[in-house]
Amino acid sequence: MLRTIATAAWSSPTIDYHALAPEMILGAGIVLLLLLDLFLSDSRKWILTPVASFTLLGAFLPVLTLALNNAGTRQMFDGRYVIDDFSLVMKGMFLLAGYVVVLLAADYIREGDYYQGEFWFLMLSSLMGMVMMASSRDLISIFVSLEFLSIPAYMLAAWRKRDSRSNEAGIKYYLLGVFASAIMLYGMSLLYGITNSTKLTEIGASLGSNLTSIRALAVFFVVIGFAFKISAVPFHTWAPDTYQGAPTPVTAFLSVASKAAGFVALVTVVYVGFPGSHAVWQPVFWILSAATMTLGNVMALKQTSIVRMLAYSSIAQGGFILMPLAVAGETGVAESALRAVVTYLIVYAATNLGVFAVVMVVARKTRSGEISSYGGLFSYAPGIATLMTIFMASLAGIPPFGGWFGKFAAFQSLVSAGTTWAYVLAIIGGVNSVVAFGYYGSILREMWMRPVPDGDTSPVSVKSSLAVALGITSLATLLLGVLPGIVIHFGDIAGLAGAFGR
Amino acid sequence: MEVISNHNWALTVGTFLPLVGVLIMLFIPKAEEALIKSVAIATAIATLAVGIYTMVQFDFGNAGAMQFVAEHDWISVIKSSYYIGIDGISLPLYLLSMVITVLVMIYSWDHVPSPGNPKAFFILMLILQTGMAGTFIARDLILFFVFFELVLLPMYFMIGVWGGENRQYASLKFFLYTMFGSALMLVAFLALFFKTGAESFSIPFLIEQGMNISRTTQIWIFAGMFVGFAVKVPMFPFHTWLPDAHTQAPTQGSVILAAVLLKLGTYGFVRIAIPVLPEAAKAWAPYIGGLAVIGIIYGSLGCLAQTDMKRLIAFSSVAHMGFVMLGISTLTSFGMNAAMFGMVAHGLITGMLFFVAGSVKERYHTLEIKRISGMLLQMPKLGWILGFCAMASLGLPGLAGFWGEFPAILSAYQPAPGLSVNVFRTYMVIAAIGTVFAAGYLLWLFQRIAFGEPAAEFAAGHGHDEDIHDVNKFEWIAWTPLLIAIVVFGVYPQLMFKVLDPAVGVTLKAFGG
Repeated sequence: MLRTIATAAWSSPTIDYHALAPEMILGAGIVLLLLLDLFLSDSRKWILTPVASFTLLGAFLPVLTLALNNAGTRQMFDGRYVIDDFSLVMKGMFLLAGYVVVLLAADYIREGDYYQGEFWFLMLSSLMGMVMMASSRDLISIFVSLEFLSIPAYMLAAWRKRDSRSNEAGIKYYLLGVFASAIMLYGMSLLYGITNSTKLTEIGASLGSNLTSIRALAVFFVVIGFAFKISAVPFHTWAPDTYQGAPTPVTAFLSVASKAAGFVALVTVVYVGFPGSHAVWQPVFWILSAATMTLGNVMALKQTSIVRMLAYSSIAQGGFILMPLAVAGETGVAESALRAVVTYLIVYAATNLGVFAVVMVVARKTRSGEISSYGGLFSYAPGIATLMTIFMASLAGIPPFGGWFGKFAAFQSLVSAGTTWAYVLAIIGGVNSVVAFGYYGSILREMWMRPVPDGDTSPVSVKSSLAVALGITSLATLLLGVLPGIVIHFGDIAGLAGAFGR
Repeated sequence: MEVISNHNWALTVGTFLPLVGVLIMLFIPKAEEALIKSVAIATAIATLAVGIYTMVQFDFGNAGAMQFVAEHDWISVIKSSYYIGIDGISLPLYLLSMVITVLVMIYSWDHVPSPGNPKAFFILMLILQTGMAGTFIARDLILFFVFFELVLLPMYFMIGVWGGENRQYASLKFFLYTMFGSALMLVAFLALFFKTGAESFSIPFLIEQGMNISRTTQIWIFAGMFVGFAVKVPMFPFHTWLPDAHTQAPTQGSVILAAVLLKLGTYGFVRIAIPVLPEAAKAWAPYIGGLAVIGIIYGSLGCLAQTDMKRLIAFSSVAHMGFVMLGISTLTSFGMNAAMFGMVAHGLITGMLFFVAGSVKERYHTLEIKRISGMLLQMPKLGWILGFCAMASLGLPGLAGFWGEFPAILSAYQPAPGLSVNVFRTYMVIAAIGTVFAAGYLLWLFQRIAFGEPAAEFAAGHGHDEDIHDVNKFEWIAWTPLLIAIVVFGVYPQLMFKVLDPAVGVTLKAFGG
């Protein structure tokens, strides 16, 4: 074996620098951050925040030029690393979401007197993993990306070292994450054993639709491994504790970017690697989806802490995103299901980041994380309350705010399948979207209809970085709801869905 | 359908102008209350002016055809477009929504309910206006859905913030009921879309294609729409949110709810469910008719049992919407015309009744029927207006209510071919009995409140009479147009029937009638 490698003529792979530019800019930024943190005196460390945000915006530029270039799919490393429309959309989303998280975290980190340099370093590393994930089409690169994005996230969750809650958050996240990785790796090793390849397209061709029990088991394990990442019920138990214990900007990051990365990986593996095995993953997704949205909603109804409520809301939203995947194997549905997932992820990212921005603004004033602390917000901070109303309505799926279109796309994809199971899931989803208003509405009720709990009606101050974050997210939420055509234009992704066409 | 007019900007402007007003108001400080109210009312009046312009330019000789049609790309990937138009069915409701908004706003000038904050209150009313007008002109199912839902949040806040003691419960109930209905409605819309070849959400296209869907499938799709629209109407047994919402809502909310929002449901039946799914409509018609007459009797009996004036009017809405639905369920041109007329008449009359109830509450600080008496002695004008509205509501010939109720009952005598004549004639008899009840509860209400001596606690010089004064300036301005309209449409119903009839004919093409 070694000999064949040693004697084979080795030629360096062709590298498409334009296509790799986002990753390279991110990488350079990460190194720069580390070095600056090492050599700068404490009084000048504020410089790290702009460096982090400009790195993200800088990495976003080549994503834009690549998208405008329209040169079709670019492949590298024997088709194991692919830049197509899907990956560009998701990379763009990760980078912009990362930028908003930087805005959220800027003051939080500075005031907390924590280690700024490491914080940005870890966050950007995690984003690097996500950006790579969007392009990975090989089991090994997928796994490496997954760990790349997860390990810094474990540390970020435990960021507040002296807070036992934060430690608990990190440990729980870490243990369950590693457990999930192990399950997934086991599935992947089975896959490699069966197909003798780690390249997804080859795995797909080799698996075909011929399902022996061992093949089914391999597919099942890989899917289950990702179910942890997207906190699907019954693999969600880490999420509430982690979300509550982690610093709020990190929670925003986990609930949006990290979850989206899980979905990206899941979709890639399923669409490219297992297109013929839908008899295995469709029922799995059906059950995961129904259980996730139902249980997430029911649990969210009884929360009194805003972040825990948002954690369960995020779980439930994951169930909605899973809905179209439960029928993605039916003839002609693949493309609309993919589009629905991507659309939903983008809308959800914009809205949920906005929610966390509001949560941070309010928490600065009330020094409380309870839902009751939102009482009477509309009477003394009508602007913030209105923004929160928009975000909550969007999460609940009420037109004309972004969320409705995400839900609509998911329902559309389901109904287009036309099977009985699809209709049943659509009705479960419909009922759930009503139930969800129970808790989203409770926030609205607090803000608009309840008295101020402690009678303190001094106005709320909004830091400029948070104001920018609120502006970006609310504008995006509105725009996505009124003119959803603009996002769906980017989500018009034939490439990945084409894997089914074979 | 050919484009008749090139004034196709008029509908877009008429629908979205209120939002421009909202945008301006956002920049006015909360303390400038007079300025805020003026801007809001000016916006509403400007919107109404555009609406009146639309009416003037409307080709009444061709009321069956869509006019002012505009079509633009909107969400092309799901094949939904910004497609609007107006015909004889839409026009009266479109204008009604604008008139009611203006009048409600004028009434609100000195009647902003507790806890105040006119800025938010007026902004919500303007957003409501956009949602209502938009629903009546949408020619695309997705556009319709978005407008249909747009009214939800503003009304939720109106009830929940400015409402009575039990407002939070009432607002949530209103919201959850409606949202549940619209979730099923959306699934039905999607099923319709895919069963017609996934080509378009445009309503005219679906009307052409819908009849090719198999009968069983039609019945299922209709079921989804039925729940969505029936909750909004509201039909028995989906009506339970209505009494709570009406009782708790501020006067303005009640008026808008009764006058316009309920019509979104019946309008959905007439515009979408029935023409698109004719086979299913025939299959469902006897059940819809049955629920309608149950609603009539149930609503009437409910009225007789109420001790609260506002709750009584709310139950009377259930009964009146029962007449509307009975007319629709006959699937005849005659019944449909009656139903459409009934919708507008109910909007005018019940809207007016809620206005009066609001003013009564403001003066007596209670709506408990047995505590109030002798209103005619203390406030003769308000008392007689109440009497007038009660007469109109019970269907006195010569007032608008009659033309919605009587023809609806009559239409059940001869339902569309294919429907059981015996069943519908039974409905007719039951509905006719309902009108007797209606006379009963309305006259009884009037008698208890207006006749006799003023109750001791409100009599002059007992300390509770300082708020008791007759109709004031703003009330006159807000009410006069409604009172006139009730008389005009009562004396000369042809004014509206001639607009409605051609459009109803087009809608019922599939039923040969």
